[in-house]
Amino acid sequence: MNRRDALSRVALLLGGTVVGGSVFLEGCKPGDKKMAIGLPFSAENISFLDEVAETIIPTTNTPGAKAAKVGAFMNTMVTDCYDEKDQKIFIDGIAAIDAACEKMHGHGFMKASPEHRKEVLTALDKEQKDYNANKKETDPNHYFSLMKQLTLLGYFSSEIGATQALRYIAVPGKYEGCIPYKKGDKAWAT
Amino acid sequence: MPQANIFDAIVVGSGISGGWAAKELCEKGLKTLVLERGRNVDHIKDYPTATMNPWDFKHPGMQSKEMKENQHIQVRGFCNEANSHFFVNDKEHPYNQVKPFDWIRGYQVGGKSLVWGRQCYRLSDLDFEANAKEGIGIDWPIRYRDISPWYSYVEKFAGISGSKEGLPHLPDGEFLPPMELNCLEKDIADKLKVKFTDRRMIIGRVANLTRGLKDRGPCQFRNMCDRGCPFSGYFSSNAATLPAARATGNLTLRPDSIVVEVLYDKEKKKATGIRVLDANTKKTEEFFAKIIFLNASTIASTFILLNSISETFPNGMGNSSGQLGRNLMDHHYRVGASATSDDFKDQYTFGRRANGIYVPRFRNISEATKRPDYIRGFGFQGGASRGRPGQLDGIGSELKDQLTEPGDWGMWLGAWGEHLPYADNKVTLNKDKKDPFGLPMVDIDCEFKENEKIMRKDMMNSAAETLEAAGLKNVKTFDNADAYPGLCIHEMGTARMGNDPKSSVLNRWNQVHEVKNVFVTDGSCMTSSANQNPSITYMALTARAADYAVRELKKGNL
Repeated sequence: MNRRDALSRVALLLGGTVVGGSVFLEGCKPGDKKMAIGLPFSAENISFLDEVAETIIPTTNTPGAKAAKVGAFMNTMVTDCYDEKDQKIFIDGIAAIDAACEKMHGHGFMKASPEHRKEVLTALDKEQKDYNANKKETDPNHYFSLMKQLTLLGYFSSEIGATQALRYIAVPGKYEGCIPYKKGDKAWAT
Repeated sequence: MPQANIFDAIVVGSGISGGWAAKELCEKGLKTLVLERGRNVDHIKDYPTATMNPWDFKHPGMQSKEMKENQHIQVRGFCNEANSHFFVNDKEHPYNQVKPFDWIRGYQVGGKSLVWGRQCYRLSDLDFEANAKEGIGIDWPIRYRDISPWYSYVEKFAGISGSKEGLPHLPDGEFLPPMELNCLEKDIADKLKVKFTDRRMIIGRVANLTRGLKDRGPCQFRNMCDRGCPFSGYFSSNAATLPAARATGNLTLRPDSIVVEVLYDKEKKKATGIRVLDANTKKTEEFFAKIIFLNASTIASTFILLNSISETFPNGMGNSSGQLGRNLMDHHYRVGASATSDDFKDQYTFGRRANGIYVPRFRNISEATKRPDYIRGFGFQGGASRGRPGQLDGIGSELKDQLTEPGDWGMWLGAWGEHLPYADNKVTLNKDKKDPFGLPMVDIDCEFKENEKIMRKDMMNSAAETLEAAGLKNVKTFDNADAYPGLCIHEMGTARMGNDPKSSVLNRWNQVHEVKNVFVTDGSCMTSSANQNPSITYMALTARAADYAVRELKKGNL
């Protein structure tokens, strides 16, 4: 997919209904509740982002992104660090994920099984990769690139990510330049 | 005048060189007033982020819009969420960039000594003789033999870890045990010995204590130095020189004191004191002393002299040469190369080494290494590490597994290059614009020129060549086009030392030629920039000048 296709697809999915940086997620069936999306993100928005993050970094033998509260982390970062342009891309991206799930599985992201969620986000991951391959510096960011980036940043800098998925020692006390490593040993968090 | 405002000595500034001036003058028995324009920072107590974990920060790994707005220049350097309280608010402290110049400042007790990079390399006669040999600027009024014992003196107190290498152009010092090279660095160092006769890779010489020194240190290998160290593991004014000065009972430290000018008595042909603007009350007050040391940082000390206007000095104190404010230099950097290695997959590291490697200058150090296209040279800093992969394809447990294991070893080399002194690279006072304190705003007009630009190509290419020669893979070069002067935070040269009062501001003792009881021993004194990180030289020149000043004072010459 080239950039124009990607953009027009996003625009199509959103139906051009972006008002005041906030969008309403349309449910597939009449009577489905609409989720308002805007900054700062609501508890409902954050739950949605938690599930997106959990799909990217799931619970395995260590806790995943949801336990690490990555949804709330994204709320802080998008609010405090993103410029307006990226904020809008990110906000619109939430609706776009739901729409992509709708298209693929016939229901929204929150209702999808973990397997279906993974299918949707795997497709979006490929989409953002292809998009970034031809992306010029001035082109807008892809929303899923932003979400994935914040998920990884939030997870691995969280206490769970740094101390359980990775290893962290606050005060090493010494430096050793060559110690044995075997495959499977965890990396240092910092 | 109130007796409380009279001292033996006044030191303006409490950073790297001001701390040393305070320590030396206090230890020699002088009642010394240290004036600092910023707030007080007590050692350890005022390091709010020093023991914070990654998850304790609100915005780990990113800068908030608020920080980017308030510190829009500082964030171009090393200012981040963990240390931003040690950098100025750019909105409150504006200056004019005639050409792009990043003025990175730390307005607090300890100054930038809290956040400095801590790399310490002696200059040699290759540096001290270069201007005279090549007809650039003016000759340094000192040679290596003049400063060598003072390097030793300050190194022993500060605590510099490093290895003795016997290189004439990068003299050895009084070192604490060196830090360790890691697997890949050792391998590269060995390969470079075989491939090159002119370059070698050594462990960085760094002001971190690899052994405890009195009540300081040792370094705990947390690599969070720029937040202030609760273990006193690295040299700062707050940890080392100011406590030593305080221990004498001779120190008076006055924060929030913006020095506006040096007061001059034309009959005595001496400075009598300084005028201070209180940063909080905005009231002015005068303080008096027999000798005055300016250590406010290069551009700030130059500002004070330029702003010290009198009948004798209509263009700034000690500026009959017209050189005050000229010859502004920095180092040029953020250029080099990186690469990866397929080796040592069964090796890793323990601890966070607050230091990297150093490749001492290898260009224009002999006939054999002479370049046809530029003069002077550069050194490499960098290091190898086994990081974690950044962004990888895919999502889910496979991605998570990949990201929780270390990736391949990687190595980077960045070059730090010499910046020649040019008369038209200058700091001046803007007559029309005032800063928020009502003082003239500083105009900075500085650029890198042909010699730096040509050298820069070689800095990049030779970094790549070095990594390739070491057998590394995926060699990639980098050259940050917006690395403007100032960004290296080695600004210097605007009150240069020299033998001739007609072409320099300071003499060989860092004494203002025309006002013998005023000494300037921060970066503004530098006659050339060399390519080494300069702080240890400022320390040595300060201790040397303080020794001379007190001897002269006792002789009745000041």
